[in-house]
Amino acid sequence: MATTSTSLPGAGSRSFLLRLREGDEIARLFTFLFAATVVLISILLVLELWHGSILPRHKFGLAFFRTTTWDPIEGQFGALPFIYGTLITAAVALLIAVPLGIGAAIFLAELAPARVSDTLEFFIDLLAAVPSVIYGILGVFIVVPLMRQFIEPALKSTLGFLPLFQGPAYGVGFLTAGIVLAIMVIPYIISVSREVLLSVPRDQREAALSLGATRWESTWRVVVPFARTGIFGSIFLALARSLGETMAVAMVIGNDPKISASLFAPGYSIAAVIANELAEATSELHTQSLIELGLVLFLLTFILNGLARILIVVTSQRGAGTARA
Amino acid sequence: MRRVILGGLGLGLLAAAGLVAAQGALSINGAGATFPYPMYSKWFDEYHKKNPSLSINYQSIGSGGGIRQITEGTVDFGASDGPMNDEQLKTYQEKHGSAILHFPTVLGAVVPTYNIPGVDATLNFTPEALAGIFLGKVTKWNDPLITGPNQGVSLPASDIVVVHRADGSGTTYCWSDYLSKVSDEWKTKVGKGTSVNWPVGLGGKGNEGVTGTVKNTPNSIGYVELIYAEANKIPYGNVKNSAGVFVKASLAGVTAAAAGTAKDMPDDFRVSITDAPGKAAYPISTFTWLLIPAKFSDNAKRDALKGFVSWMLNDGQNFTEALSYARLPKEVIAKEKKALANIQ
Repeated sequence: MATTSTSLPGAGSRSFLLRLREGDEIARLFTFLFAATVVLISILLVLELWHGSILPRHKFGLAFFRTTTWDPIEGQFGALPFIYGTLITAAVALLIAVPLGIGAAIFLAELAPARVSDTLEFFIDLLAAVPSVIYGILGVFIVVPLMRQFIEPALKSTLGFLPLFQGPAYGVGFLTAGIVLAIMVIPYIISVSREVLLSVPRDQREAALSLGATRWESTWRVVVPFARTGIFGSIFLALARSLGETMAVAMVIGNDPKISASLFAPGYSIAAVIANELAEATSELHTQSLIELGLVLFLLTFILNGLARILIVVTSQRGAGTARA
Repeated sequence: MRRVILGGLGLGLLAAAGLVAAQGALSINGAGATFPYPMYSKWFDEYHKKNPSLSINYQSIGSGGGIRQITEGTVDFGASDGPMNDEQLKTYQEKHGSAILHFPTVLGAVVPTYNIPGVDATLNFTPEALAGIFLGKVTKWNDPLITGPNQGVSLPASDIVVVHRADGSGTTYCWSDYLSKVSDEWKTKVGKGTSVNWPVGLGGKGNEGVTGTVKNTPNSIGYVELIYAEANKIPYGNVKNSAGVFVKASLAGVTAAAAGTAKDMPDDFRVSITDAPGKAAYPISTFTWLLIPAKFSDNAKRDALKGFVSWMLNDGQNFTEALSYARLPKEVIAKEKKALANIQ
């Protein structure tokens, strides 16, 4: 491979057939096709979701996004409680997972001995590969009882003046779903952030240290900002996973399409309601409304990803490092 | 290397071809309800042993999926825990130019299960109490509607936590169908269906989700399939039937409910047997149906499927009780045998 690429400079003048024989063109064509498939699949997905949701789009229009009734029998479908539940659980998950995950990644990349770091990385990768239904089961049997008996009453007695921590403690609900999601996405954040931190060039650290910075100062002021883009990348990966997670959320969120200020209250997420109701949706309108929810989830992910990109651009303009690790 | 891969591929293809040949000439595909799946797979397996040339494949994708697939024509037969409604029948008729027929296969029941700390007694539930609880109007365990038929049991003044199925299911269809029959308010406010707009409660996924939530949540009440409750030794309450008797769900009680409605059984078998007449009838019972096209283009498939249904109505019924399904009453079997002639 290396030899063919060294003969490239004269490529333009050589005949197409010659280049074809050397494999460059073939490789280019194939890899282009593979890359194009990604775009093509996204477009087809949106088209398919768009076509599959004609009935509710015509019947409800924009009201689909503002109404809160979900009644398969009366044929009334509103997406707001599901959008709310999806966003709230993802927000709770990230609030917990981001500080923990990045903290752990900093320790593993900067402070821990290499052997400890590599061993732990092995376990983290293992955690990332656990199927989500397993997390759901752990959620039902361990997290939910813990939440109901200890954590929610404790939160209620200390922070109960906030509307976030009021109401009966069922164990299932937004908070529990957020916590289970956090457990699920932490490995992603740690694993990606650690790689990014490790790839920060040595001379960056050495320069900071030679200027008299302590080890922590060099880590926090130089290495972490340098790796910022990559760390953001890990957070977006975690966000995408939180928004789309189905099984584990369906098992612990309480599956009740209501909007409540309290994190203890049961709620519902888009992915969970699709998984729960699609197989048994008997009316065409019900099925298509679930498909429209799929479209909403796609748009939600799209918008949040777009916002994330803007955030990266804005922050990297005013920071020192523009490392695209 | 390439030769090895090609060789492997060729071997694989040969093996696949061999498997297909071994499976015999005819294979029939069906899809639908999950509730009767253990029964169906047992039947298809037994029938295949008797008729090695025929294999019936069944995917338990849910009643809604079964109705959709048979309407699309992607399977040879469907299966559902709730009968198809008139609109769905019309869609099928328009698409295929012929009707779809319902054949009851076995019976199931749904039972109320609860978890009240300190209460071990089997509770008696009136229809009014169940409807009130699930409408969110009866909110405390010591409500007179609950304590009335449970003299001698001391029920706490705690809030009732309602648990229902979150996933669309035939169990919910049966439960909401029953509540629609016994409560006008339920009928107008909520109605019946595989998924409904619940006035109150937490949603659990599947029978196991409901059971898990009820077990984990003090002072809760939910509903699960009788088979599931039996298999997992979950305590459940008695329900007052239309004759005024509190009945504990049992296979005999379910068959009695079906027999109670057999006299007025419509010719298309699309009948709900919830709140059935009869002293022994358990009121929250339901048929589950096979959905079979009235017209087949493939005669071999038609004959094979007719053969299976008539075997299922005779010998097949003997397998039901071992798997905790209630068998069909004699009257219904006789009527179904006649209806088999309508498949052409």
